[in-house]
Amino acid sequence: MLCEKCQKRPAAVHMTKIVNGNKTETHLCEVCAQGDNSVSFGLDPKWMLQSIFAELFNTPHTENDPSSDAGVKPNRCEKCGFTDAQFSQVGRLGCPTCYDVFENKLDPVLRRIHGNPRHTGKIPKRTGGTIELRREIEELKRELQAAITSEEYEKAAEVRDKIRGLENKLG
Amino acid sequence: MSVENTIGKARSKWMEGTGPDNDVVISSRLRLARNIEGYPFPHFMSEEEANHVINAVRLAVSEKAGAKFPVETEFIDLNELSQTERQILVEKHLVSPQHIESPANRAVVIAHDESLSIMVNEEDHIRIQCFLPGLQIKEAWRLADKIDDVLEKTLNYSFCEKRGYLTSCPTNVGTGLRASVMLHLPCLVMTKQLGAMVNTISQLGLAVRGYYGEGTEAYGDLFQVSNQVTMGQTEDEIVTNLLTVTRQIVSQERSTRKVVLKNNKPFLEDRIYRAFGVMSYARVMTAQEAIKNISDLRLGVELGILKTPAYDQINELIILTRPAFLIKKAGRPLNAGELDALRAEIIREKLSKITIN
Repeated sequence: MLCEKCQKRPAAVHMTKIVNGNKTETHLCEVCAQGDNSVSFGLDPKWMLQSIFAELFNTPHTENDPSSDAGVKPNRCEKCGFTDAQFSQVGRLGCPTCYDVFENKLDPVLRRIHGNPRHTGKIPKRTGGTIELRREIEELKRELQAAITSEEYEKAAEVRDKIRGLENKLG
Repeated sequence: MSVENTIGKARSKWMEGTGPDNDVVISSRLRLARNIEGYPFPHFMSEEEANHVINAVRLAVSEKAGAKFPVETEFIDLNELSQTERQILVEKHLVSPQHIESPANRAVVIAHDESLSIMVNEEDHIRIQCFLPGLQIKEAWRLADKIDDVLEKTLNYSFCEKRGYLTSCPTNVGTGLRASVMLHLPCLVMTKQLGAMVNTISQLGLAVRGYYGEGTEAYGDLFQVSNQVTMGQTEDEIVTNLLTVTRQIVSQERSTRKVVLKNNKPFLEDRIYRAFGVMSYARVMTAQEAIKNISDLRLGVELGILKTPAYDQINELIILTRPAFLIKKAGRPLNAGELDALRAEIIREKLSKITIN
């Protein structure tokens, strides 16, 4: 059977509508069916994203103890009053503090979206404070470890002094 | 230069048609999402709080706060514009369609050359957006980075060491950076190669979607490629990744153009001159048909079959034929038939000034 609308492609979507006892049948191909506003097969991508968030958000993170979340973790942000149920509905958080309040539940969501749920990018210059310094020290500590492992003691001593210098700056 | 100018003229910086790889890449766009400490996110805040945020940003971009932008800007309250004027800002990509859905307590800061806009109280308190012609994602990042530093001098951003810049939706948290390129890929579409490429591209953390049109259908062979991941990578890594992949797509499109031109020149010429013919004489034209014909005309220039019009004239045509622009030009509401007639008229008028070889 060919599509009723374009008469070109085979009909793949068969629809029976009964309104007040009047039965009408429509046979469309996939392309024409998508263009037909009376039937909606297309998913709203935004809705899909939200329902996936909700699913991830509500999946207990410890498999063997599904009840560990109940009662223990707060389900309402103390700062703005946003609830985890609202997140499942709108796919957004209420305020910056929500990131701390719902941390355990958000973690799997962030992991799924971003892979590595840790920020490595830009730090605000004025309000970032000592973050940059601490990040640099961490990086140097890794370097130090690598130098020791490969028995490059001269380099290790150099890196160690650098770390001391930076740690003094931190106070 | 005033709002009236922004709305009245069709041209923006990104439409200049210049920039690297401008035969395939129309424009590069980059946005940073930022929020101000101490306030709920826009969808969850009171009118009073929303006003605080607007005033805070108004101050942060003003000379009083010592803000020194590399470009001159203007602060526009969305409530001061008519619905048509707001729609024009969307058609010029200066604000998102979501931003004008409820214009109350929302604003936008626009640079005079329109290379920069800052949306206030959209999904996040602040969205810095930079828009340049051709493949210039790195340059867009440099500009956005500078603007971000200027704003941060006055505003306290919501930032946490572990999660980075905190955003209303967890898909933007971390760098808050979304970079995208608008590509014209007629030959990859024509030869049905794009589908396979889209699969590969999405494995690299990037998304491809049609610029005009819904779902998989992309009118005018215009596509947008953008990063999906915003956390766990530095801004430079995100930008470089998109740049590398875009260069690959550009080179694929170019080599396909060569092959198609060599094997199917009469077919291509026919398609291009037909588009020119229809545009020169049609009396009624839908938005969809216009985009398709403009795309074919552009293809003619890209392949060297046509010497004119220049890319900037083609880009201007795209914006001039969008609905809100037409309504603004008519100065009154138009029904669908009147819109299509005026669109055809404007296209005829523009093309009559162009002599093609």
